[in-house]
Amino acid sequence: MAKTEPYILNMGPQHPSTHGVLQVQLELDGERILGAKPVMGYLHRGIEKLMESRTYTQCVPYTDRLDYVSSMNNNLGFCETVEELAGIEVPERAEYIRVIVAELNRIASHLIFIGTLMIDLGAATGMIYAFRDREKILDLFNIICGARMTFHYIRIGGVCADAQPEFIAETEKFLEYVPKMLEEYDHLMTGNEIFYHRLKGTSPLTREDVLRYSMSGPNVRASGVDYDIRKIDSYSIYDRFDFNVPLGTNGDNWDRYQVRFHEIIESAKIIRQAIDNLPDGEIMAKVPKVLRPPKGDVYHRVENTRGELGFYIVSDGSTKPYRVHIRRPSFVNLQALDTMCRGMLLADSVAAFSTIDPLMGEVDC
Amino acid sequence: MHNGILYSIALWLRELMMPLIGNETIIDLIMTVIGIAVLFSIILTSALVFTYGERKICAFIQVRIGPNRVGGRFGLLQSVADMLKLMSKEDVIPNGVDYWVWALSPMLIFVPSALLYTVFPFDDGAIFADLNIGIFFAIAVSSQAVLPFLMGGYASNSKYGMVGGMRTVAQMLAYEVPMVFALMGIIMITGSLKMSAIVEAQGNVWFIFLQPLAFLIFLVTALVESNRPPFNIVEGESEIIAGPFTEYTGMRWALFFLAEFANLLSISIMTTTLFLGGWHGPAFLPGMVWFWIKVLIMVLVFQWIGWTFPRFRIDQMLSFGWKVLLPVALVNVLLTGIGVYIYNWL
Repeated sequence: MAKTEPYILNMGPQHPSTHGVLQVQLELDGERILGAKPVMGYLHRGIEKLMESRTYTQCVPYTDRLDYVSSMNNNLGFCETVEELAGIEVPERAEYIRVIVAELNRIASHLIFIGTLMIDLGAATGMIYAFRDREKILDLFNIICGARMTFHYIRIGGVCADAQPEFIAETEKFLEYVPKMLEEYDHLMTGNEIFYHRLKGTSPLTREDVLRYSMSGPNVRASGVDYDIRKIDSYSIYDRFDFNVPLGTNGDNWDRYQVRFHEIIESAKIIRQAIDNLPDGEIMAKVPKVLRPPKGDVYHRVENTRGELGFYIVSDGSTKPYRVHIRRPSFVNLQALDTMCRGMLLADSVAAFSTIDPLMGEVDC
Repeated sequence: MHNGILYSIALWLRELMMPLIGNETIIDLIMTVIGIAVLFSIILTSALVFTYGERKICAFIQVRIGPNRVGGRFGLLQSVADMLKLMSKEDVIPNGVDYWVWALSPMLIFVPSALLYTVFPFDDGAIFADLNIGIFFAIAVSSQAVLPFLMGGYASNSKYGMVGGMRTVAQMLAYEVPMVFALMGIIMITGSLKMSAIVEAQGNVWFIFLQPLAFLIFLVTALVESNRPPFNIVEGESEIIAGPFTEYTGMRWALFFLAEFANLLSISIMTTTLFLGGWHGPAFLPGMVWFWIKVLIMVLVFQWIGWTFPRFRIDQMLSFGWKVLLPVALVNVLLTGIGVYIYNWL
């Protein structure tokens, strides 16, 4: 009788598929996973603490570095929180532009998700296709704010530059391209038998699981929980748009992929409506040069690409926040990794990790 | 009498040497040495050419340009640059490796793929050793490729390597069996294990048309055999870094890399020989040219498959081998048997 014993495999922090620097301690019995322990903190920069010694306006660029593939949403979250704290009214046009860029960024982020998922499943071609299309969105951002990542475009009180006609025209061109792009993905990925069988039924999370872990974003929606901050606690002007929230049923990797895939369609729908109704006017509210929000605290949440991104800011009436806490969706979602990996095979751990879609910049903050 | 180009060249060389040396045995020896030298240069340079080819083909599939800096607009010297870089790398020997096993692995990996070439008929009459168990020899030798992988994985004192090594063995067991049964059909039709006889039998109709099922099974198993995607779970770079190669650097790693391309070439040659009629083809081109055209088409097909599909998971792959390919291969044997019986009876 051969004697076997479980062993620990350290995946990361230097590993091709940990999307940055995460260490996962896998307890393995052969190829079967007995447990997975994510060890984080390799990218910790102390952003929350750094913000305490910066003025409110200086804090905004730090939010770019949280979830660096969906920075617009982070900018939006922080700026709205400060606006709520200081009672600043944002002009109509700025609100629309904010929604356009935030949703464009959501598409870009989901494209990264598709790309990384493909490469984690061993299909480099899928990744290149997704990144090619993301490039188009980055070009749009380049037009509107001159940056392709870490935009610092949404500022407290509005946005820093107006949406030029060129940007609108190019965005419309992109929106026409979206259905074509998704059809191509259907041919290359969704319709692929191996891809389907790699994802279907693996790493399921039940409704109870996701609620227990207080997960958010596409990960809970894949398990059938209708929880989208844009709908249930509408911020900015999201209540004016007509869009659906795609839901899954089984909460497996396949559903998580499908939910994000359909969210791209919904985001395109929102952008379409926002462009059609884009009003003229100011893009920046009258914000005092030195911003001193009144004493008090505010918790404000937005639907980031990865889930509920919340900012809790305490003001002591000075120019700098007294305390900032950031509820980072990736950090919370990542807890589920153990539940997802248990009983699966080594190759599934990579797929599970990929479909949670955590971003290390946000996990470690 | 044979009429291939290689055969004529060999005859001409023999006649040239005859008055100078005058001893049949010594000439035989010299001819063998020349043959081996030519063969090895083909195997080794093919890897260089294929690296470039693979990069360009994969770039084409992935809507990219591919190498375009080193050596002119088309990056023709890219693989030379790659090789130079790999040769100049530091030779890192990790702690705790089982040195001899570890160091032998990248060298031994060439043995099975090089041995395979002894039984391939490149042209009419151009075959190193026309063994009467040719196809059996080819299968037996190619399955030895598993040993260097296991050695490398086991000896490199790395869990990733170990997992990769275990995977090699599992997949070899699961895919060698259907492969043998798939080739059984060909042997039944030909009535011989000789490679030359198998090619000879395809003079009128290629075996891909007589044995389409066997061809498909062989295609899949050949992909597994050579660790090409979507069956490259041994390397599975997103899970186990590079499997058995994880702890190798520089030239040692380059040897694995070269062996991968030598394997790609050898499975393409094998497919061509067994299913695509070897050197047979319309008479306006010499047999040798037809042979290499078919081989390159097969290389292209393997690359195309490899760059399109995601990787299998180990359990899916094993159950596919045992539960799908093996029964289908057995059915194929049965069908071929009935076919051959009816053919003989007619």
